[in-house]
Amino acid sequence: MESATQPAGVAPQAAEAPPSGTPNYLTHERGLWSWLTTRDHKRIGILYACSLATFFLVGGVLALLVRLELLTPGETIMGADAYNQTFTLHAIVMVFLFLIPGIPAIFGNFVLPIHIGAVDVAFPRLNLASWYVFMTGAACAIGGILVGGVDTGWTFYTPYSSQGTNAVLFMTTAVFIAGFAGIFTGINFIVTVHKMRAPGMTWNRLPLFVWAIYATAIVQVLATPVIGITMVLLFLEKFIQIGIFDPALGGDPVLFQHFFWFYSHPAVYIMILPAMGIISELMGTFSRQKVAGYTFIALSSVAIAFLGFLVWGHHMFVSGQSPLSSIIFSMLTFLIGIPTGIKVFNWVTTMYRGSVWLQTPMLYALMFLFLFTIGGFTGIMVGVLSVDVHLHDTYFIVAHFHYVMMGGTVIALLGGLHYWWPKATGKMYNEPAGKVAAALIFVGFNLTFFTQFILGSRGMPRRYYDYADLLDRHPEFLGLHQASTVGSWILALGLFLILFYMLWSLFKGKPAPKNPWGAVTLEWTHTTTPPGPHNFDRTPLVTRGPYDFHLADDVFGPLHTGDGAGDGTAQG
Amino acid sequence: MDDNGTLWLPEGASTIAGEVDALFYFIYWVSVIMFIGVIGTMGYFMVAYRRRSEADRPTPIKENKLVEASWIVIPTILVLIVFTWGFKSFIKLSVAPPNSYEITVRAQKWAWVFEYPDGVISNELHVPVSRPVKLRMSSGDVLHSFFVPEFRVKHDIVPNRYTSVWFEATRQDTFQVMCTEYCGTRHSYMLALVIVQSQDEFNRWLQESGIPEDASPAERGALLYQQQACNGCHSLDGTAMAAPSFQGLFGTERTFEDGTTATADENYLRESILQSSAKIVEGYPDIMAAQRYEDRLTSEEIDALVAFIKEQ
Amino acid sequence: MADTTVAVPPEAHGHRPPHLQHHFVTSEQQFEAAKQGMWLFLITEILLFSGMFVAYTVYRVWHPEVFAHVSELLDWRLGLLNTIVLLTSSLTVALSIHFAQQDKQRQMLICLVLTILCAGIFMLVKYIEYTGKFEHGIFPGAGYAPHGVGGGHDYADYDVAYAPQFFSIYFVMTGIHGFHVLVGMGIFTWLITRVVRGHFSSAYYTPVELTGLFWHLVDIIWIFLFPLLYLI
Repeated sequence: MESATQPAGVAPQAAEAPPSGTPNYLTHERGLWSWLTTRDHKRIGILYACSLATFFLVGGVLALLVRLELLTPGETIMGADAYNQTFTLHAIVMVFLFLIPGIPAIFGNFVLPIHIGAVDVAFPRLNLASWYVFMTGAACAIGGILVGGVDTGWTFYTPYSSQGTNAVLFMTTAVFIAGFAGIFTGINFIVTVHKMRAPGMTWNRLPLFVWAIYATAIVQVLATPVIGITMVLLFLEKFIQIGIFDPALGGDPVLFQHFFWFYSHPAVYIMILPAMGIISELMGTFSRQKVAGYTFIALSSVAIAFLGFLVWGHHMFVSGQSPLSSIIFSMLTFLIGIPTGIKVFNWVTTMYRGSVWLQTPMLYALMFLFLFTIGGFTGIMVGVLSVDVHLHDTYFIVAHFHYVMMGGTVIALLGGLHYWWPKATGKMYNEPAGKVAAALIFVGFNLTFFTQFILGSRGMPRRYYDYADLLDRHPEFLGLHQASTVGSWILALGLFLILFYMLWSLFKGKPAPKNPWGAVTLEWTHTTTPPGPHNFDRTPLVTRGPYDFHLADDVFGPLHTGDGAGDGTAQG
Repeated sequence: MDDNGTLWLPEGASTIAGEVDALFYFIYWVSVIMFIGVIGTMGYFMVAYRRRSEADRPTPIKENKLVEASWIVIPTILVLIVFTWGFKSFIKLSVAPPNSYEITVRAQKWAWVFEYPDGVISNELHVPVSRPVKLRMSSGDVLHSFFVPEFRVKHDIVPNRYTSVWFEATRQDTFQVMCTEYCGTRHSYMLALVIVQSQDEFNRWLQESGIPEDASPAERGALLYQQQACNGCHSLDGTAMAAPSFQGLFGTERTFEDGTTATADENYLRESILQSSAKIVEGYPDIMAAQRYEDRLTSEEIDALVAFIKEQ
Repeated sequence: MADTTVAVPPEAHGHRPPHLQHHFVTSEQQFEAAKQGMWLFLITEILLFSGMFVAYTVYRVWHPEVFAHVSELLDWRLGLLNTIVLLTSSLTVALSIHFAQQDKQRQMLICLVLTILCAGIFMLVKYIEYTGKFEHGIFPGAGYAPHGVGGGHDYADYDVAYAPQFFSIYFVMTGIHGFHVLVGMGIFTWLITRVVRGHFSSAYYTPVELTGLFWHLVDIIWIFLFPLLYLI
């Protein structure tokens, strides 16, 4: 047993409680300026958290408006142009200003350096710069809304987008700029994991969250420049009619789709890989069990990152690309299901003979498994060539990607939020409220989106403002749309409840114990709650794996399980 | 209209629908079974291994290579099966039989124009039952997409290019054609009917739809109004759609977006077809020029349309 | 999971060189990290340009005769001159790093100045090329209206379908490349101000190294652009 190597009499690192009044990363410097000029990865994570929460709120309200319009056939609250702009903006905000920066920007920034035993990321100033670059991109998008908005769909297909209004210029610029934020973050994380690991932190002792963020960073670095150049070319197509994508000028609209999806498919892996990293952490901690199949899960992240670059054409089966291309893309698409399945099976196995604790973060992890599995299987359906011909561009697709992006990424993000909230804020959120919100979200989500699978396979196209003329032949569309809209209200209620009790906890929450979950990764065992500005008092020397729950007790004393009585260490 | 479809799918009405549906349900049921397996196990573990006390110290599970291998190999076999099946059906969907009846489709914002081999033009898609029909499609402006759920066919329509889709309808009924590639404000109104008829009824319709030799200009105009899809934007009953209604238009004073005015006389109507951007009525978008009616209509047809509009 | 403290090199506490940032333990770690970061950034640049190379390839494969014909309007001698100029500048920047490693401040400075000069010549040649095109109505995009006679060409011959695509791609690729040359010139100017103030030595010359890497990329991109646009 490795703990036998520890010299006798040396106080375990984790047992040291800091002298009272020691400043943590939140308190050691105060004032807005200290936040806006920070190089602390934890503070930058908080900056991103505030920005992304705001954009999620904006995108969410837009979604509610979309669903509200669809509550009745014909005009409900807005005209066709407004509706088309609303769903376009909903997606642009959600994809580019929330999901893609998403988990890496918030939790990658906050947790990754601590997970590897580092003081900060490799390039702290670049890290801060990436937040400013991101916010500049967001401001550009707001500019686009102010000059009239776009209605092209977030996919900007030509020639509709290159013949459209000038707002397209703003949106393409916004995506270009925000893309650089992602590139900088990706570069930072790769070099950090290569160069800043603490002594003894070998690759196979890295927490799976780090593997996930690392694989994501590789995708970000390789894929994002392609959307960059695509946006430049679209900008120029609109601005000076360079004729690459507009057939009226000699260009090819299908070429645009290839360019666009070459990035946007790997982009969805940028969204889901970090989420899977969080799920690994949650399944381990809340089963108090080593995550099953560590090597398989770690390598499957890399496999998904790689394979993700080969399948973009499955968005284009009916676009006019050659049938041969479609066949190849379909074949490759199925391969990605395999590493994904490996993860899901291993996560479930992690609970086997474990000690499962159904706190809110774990409820989200289990919810992820439920919802993401549905999303994954429906992905198989739409990956099949002949079936996709029927399902493409219908609500089935909308339901599929909401199951994986929202049921997957957002649910995992909420799990991570509840998990790391005590560490980041020093406060506990209200656990019963957490469970209630999770239940509302689960019910609301399924009601909203499961109905959309049926809408789609029965023939309801997507991006339709009005379905009145379809009711003759498809009367079921009305009830399904109405059910979906009601679901969106329940979902929204759950999300607003989270916002409420999280903010409440900042002011009135119980102070968090050091390690309420009994986790054994470095952020829980070797930093204070909240962490100090430099994370660790001394550089940790790593001698065991990230999920060695059975060994941790001997070093750190019995693991605390969250009743707030203390942090369960030898010194109490 | 009676639908004998299922919860998930409308009743198929083409020869390919059966095999597409079979594959859909195969994946569906395999997914349901695997979902129950995975989530059922998850649910069981949640309960069976729930934390009973703080002192719980589970023994770590050992990695079992056989188990890992099985859940790599079995899913791989399953996906290979569905891929191959889907591939075979896709080949059938992609290659129209050699004796297909060809109809040309022109998609434009926001209407459909169907042209039949003998020159008949209509905004309805009539097809004979039990005969393969191949649509040769092109767009006049932006991307559109042709979709009939009951036929299980769909294909994008690209400007400056031909794409095609084919189907063989199996029952006589009326179905909805929907545009499934976002194309602007009235994307959700870009609908057409596909009417499946017996070969005899189809032949009869084709004959009757040709413009009769002795039709008056206004009668000819009325047919053209439908066939050239003017009705997609210009109503006859006063409803303001994407363009001014023809009702009571002739002879009135029109106010344009630049503040000038003009009387809607015959010359104005003619100019509005050939050079629509010259005068845009206040409150309406400048979108007609993209259809290039000046390239599509003969002089006689323009005369006919003018005569027709005058009568509204 | 982790046990006790680890011995850290004297650099980590006690005397830390002024260039060593606080989150790094050793200068070497910092330098290696910086280089790795720069290489990753260069990879993103390669992918950015590769999008344009793909566009070029696609249109070339679709309209080979048009592209071969229209590229006659590009003067390969000016392109060759630019190639030689950029290769020279890559040499001078490599030399400046060599001199930095040897603490030869004056030679380092001279080499950086020469690099900027070469970059300036490149931009001057591009200016000549671009204005030459504009004179004859060759603009990217909708403005393409070739006219006039000059340099042995009757420009009206080049007013054919898909010729605008060639020049759109030409202007976008060389334009974005030229933008990178300008950015490089700016960075070299900044470097020179730091050299003059004695910021660099054999112990620390990271910014020079990183800028050199960037400049080599700019050069390599041109090495591919030149034959594809000018020679074939």
